[in-house]
Amino acid sequence: MTRTLIALIKRDLNLAWRQGGGALLGTVFFAVAVVLFPLGVGPEPNTLARIAAGVLWVAALLAAVVSLDRLFEADHDDGSLDGLALLPLPFSLVVAAKCLAHWLASLLPVVIISPFLGLMMRLEGDALVALVLALLLGTPGLSFIGAIGAALAVGLRRAGALLSLLVLPLYIPALIFGVAAVEAARMGLDPAPHLMLLFGVTLFAVVIGTAAATAALKFDLE
Amino acid sequence: MHRFANPARFQRLASIILPWSDVLTAGLLVSGLYFALFASPADYQQGETVRIMYIHVPAAWMAMFSYSVMAAASAASLIWKHPLADVAARAAAPIGAGFTAIALITGMLWGEPMWGTWWVWDARLTSVLILFFLYLGYMALVNAIDNPAAAVRAGAILALVGFVNIPIIKFSVDWWNTLHQPASVIKMGGPSIAPSMLLPLVLMALGFHFYFVSVLLRRMRSELDLARVRALEDAIALNSEEAAA
Repeated sequence: MTRTLIALIKRDLNLAWRQGGGALLGTVFFAVAVVLFPLGVGPEPNTLARIAAGVLWVAALLAAVVSLDRLFEADHDDGSLDGLALLPLPFSLVVAAKCLAHWLASLLPVVIISPFLGLMMRLEGDALVALVLALLLGTPGLSFIGAIGAALAVGLRRAGALLSLLVLPLYIPALIFGVAAVEAARMGLDPAPHLMLLFGVTLFAVVIGTAAATAALKFDLE
Repeated sequence: MHRFANPARFQRLASIILPWSDVLTAGLLVSGLYFALFASPADYQQGETVRIMYIHVPAAWMAMFSYSVMAAASAASLIWKHPLADVAARAAAPIGAGFTAIALITGMLWGEPMWGTWWVWDARLTSVLILFFLYLGYMALVNAIDNPAAAVRAGAILALVGFVNIPIIKFSVDWWNTLHQPASVIKMGGPSIAPSMLLPLVLMALGFHFYFVSVLLRRMRSELDLARVRALEDAIALNSEEAAA
């Protein structure tokens, strides 16, 4: 069972990284969105440090939404989703594996480049560490919550704008705790409580997201 | 429960309930507005602006109540595949969105003279704004899917996921320190509001509930009629094709 799931994750990662997969598009989007802010609000260091956490988190949420349409859409269009549903293991595990692959391909690169963008936004020391930790603990939840929207919107025309309307309101708890962790560290306080709450949101998202996305896709396959 | 799944039985039941709920809505809202606007005292601190409360508070209650109805109907439609629950969930969404919009707008109008600002980003206001977006997302999703059965099932999942927000709204004023005042009517140890103000509030709240029932039943009826019209049109189209062949 584990081997099948690992094979599934590898397959999704290959599809994302090969030509046309567009795994890095979300990451590039993240970088460009962040870079727009110093140009928009001016390069004053204190201002940038003040808004850095919010800007980086919002950009991460948008990067997640932008990359969600690939989560189930391609497999739905070419029929491989029906094949995956016939695997001799619970369909919810297949969905969870696909979400994990989505995080590895689309959002882990965002976490990896976040310290560089954080430095450019004038975050330093503990705040920068808190930012990377918060993104590392929080972004998996974005994939799993996003899976609900992606599963509901699968096969629809104009799914993109609809997806953002469905998913972004559900991302707000992660945004609040993620930004609070960085702000606490910037003020010299302990970010650990916020990080724990954030990881709690992620764990909650893994359970709810997997169950709801599985139910939505099963209806679609009927 | 499936006794009521028969659309004809529902139509009969609705036509018995509707006159009653219409009369109750009109009576309660007229008497409620009379007490709210004329026969209740102005607040010793807030002055006449306190009268906004008689619209704002019931509308906010209805915003959560409508979503709870929608979520319960969605659960019924997923668990028992109850056809009327589908229709009810779909019909409740725009009504709830309307109440949420009224609560937000009257809240802004009330906030300006009382707090000196139209809007603050505190937990209660923000979570109600999210509720409004959840309604909009639900309606957008249900309208985007062509197959009515698939649309309602997708909407039901979204409604149940979004239900997480309802307890957050209810308890936001207790969990966080907010500018918005804590509950003063429905709480342990009885209401802490003057009886002369409680009366119009209760009348208005009951009136809003019966209004909800009236509009919900009407929307469900028209939805069922629409389904029948579609079925008849399909049958006519099929007949004329056969005749042509």
